[in-house]
Amino acid sequence: MWLFYHKLGSPKYFYSLAGKLIPWFGWLTLALIVAGLYGGLILAPSDYQQGESYRIIYLHVPAAWMSLFIYMVMATCGAIGLIWKMKMADVIASSSAPIGAAFTFLALVTGSLWGKPMWGTYWVWDARLTSELILLFLYLGFMGLQAAIDDKRSAANACAVLALVGVVNIPIIHYSVEWWNTLHQGTTVMRTDKKTMDTSMLIPLLTMAVAFKLYYATVLMMRARNEVLDRERDTSWVKELAAEA
Amino acid sequence: MSETSLSTAFYTILKRDLTLAYRTRAEIVNPLLFFIIVISLFPLAVSPDPKVLQQLAPGVIWVAALLATLLSLDSLFRSDFDDGALDQLLLSIHPTSVLVLAKVLAHWLVTGIPLLLLSPLLAVLLYLPSEATGTLFATLALGSPILSLIGAIGVALTIGLRRGGVLVSLLVLPLYIPVLIFAANAVSNAAAGVMVAGQLYFLGALLALSLTLAPLATAAALRISLR
Repeated sequence: MWLFYHKLGSPKYFYSLAGKLIPWFGWLTLALIVAGLYGGLILAPSDYQQGESYRIIYLHVPAAWMSLFIYMVMATCGAIGLIWKMKMADVIASSSAPIGAAFTFLALVTGSLWGKPMWGTYWVWDARLTSELILLFLYLGFMGLQAAIDDKRSAANACAVLALVGVVNIPIIHYSVEWWNTLHQGTTVMRTDKKTMDTSMLIPLLTMAVAFKLYYATVLMMRARNEVLDRERDTSWVKELAAEA
Repeated sequence: MSETSLSTAFYTILKRDLTLAYRTRAEIVNPLLFFIIVISLFPLAVSPDPKVLQQLAPGVIWVAALLATLLSLDSLFRSDFDDGALDQLLLSIHPTSVLVLAKVLAHWLVTGIPLLLLSPLLAVLLYLPSEATGTLFATLALGSPILSLIGAIGVALTIGLRRGGVLVSLLVLPLYIPVLIFAANAVSNAAAGVMVAGQLYFLGALLALSLTLAPLATAAALRISLR
């Protein structure tokens, strides 16, 4: 187990392993997305209150889950990179940021599209929407800092500190926003009537959640492979690879 | 070299920064002028109607204070970075986080305190009810040190960059949101005559949290930026 872990820390080993895994992950993602969408959009019954428009949750909810999950991955990798100075942790953190930002954006867009028929407007200063928007700002700040620092190693460390500060702040921001909203306008309508979901709706949702996780893994490996090549371009193994190609 | 105690080092840095600030007084005044001008823009842009202004006042004053702090942050490490004093600070035998805290404290004394003293005046300009002035004062007293402490992390991360200014606001503003929410809400509640103890306790908790954690993050960020 430990040997595998240490091997994974080596960019060369990661590069070849990820190269082998990407097709598997990619096809599995595709299969699950097709299955999840079929289950969610066609098989699942329509909601008795929201009609057909509730079906956007099959994209919205997994995207929102991923947006938080990826930030946690970035912060964890940041901590690993700061403490054990593992190169691969830096690579994973920096490759994750744009994917996380994309999921956050997707969650916001699908949320506001759902809000139009449900709430009558595209945007409501709902606590959850607002904290998701702030999360997007945190992602953009992370990416901005990363782009501003030329030296890759310092950029990764600086971003790691930022991600850790962000992780401490996310719960504070989340609860302060929730508190702010409930105090201003009382409980918001739709969100509060959370009831247990029917299995026919829950299964496609969970399928989509797994599919999104696998999609993240696939794209992450692709991005990380590019990042590894870029960072290690002066090493002999990358030069050999380039000579073969 | 004889070893100085930690408290001597702390006070030396505090005294040095205050002296330096006193000698470059004009730089300290600028964020304050900005604070006043931004606030006086609102009646011009929105409406001079006392009712409207009264409702906007807590938010406007707090947002302006936030932006003024953001503007003043650059002076926190800039001159020390340029002349190399910051490297000496990191080479010190004392924990960097404590020394950083001295610098942030000095920064708050010269930027936060004047902001605090000006706030009752601005409250009058925006027709904030007099019952709320005390609360505004209390929220600024508790909140502005948090702004300096969190801001220091952002500045420390970007100190080595040529165009760090805008980036700092991008990094720091989302982290200011909880302070803004609790502080502005406390002032609005005070104006409406509602209890505000809860919000003030929250601000106090945030201050305690940032006082203990932010210097550590700032010190780590400085080490990365100066490598």
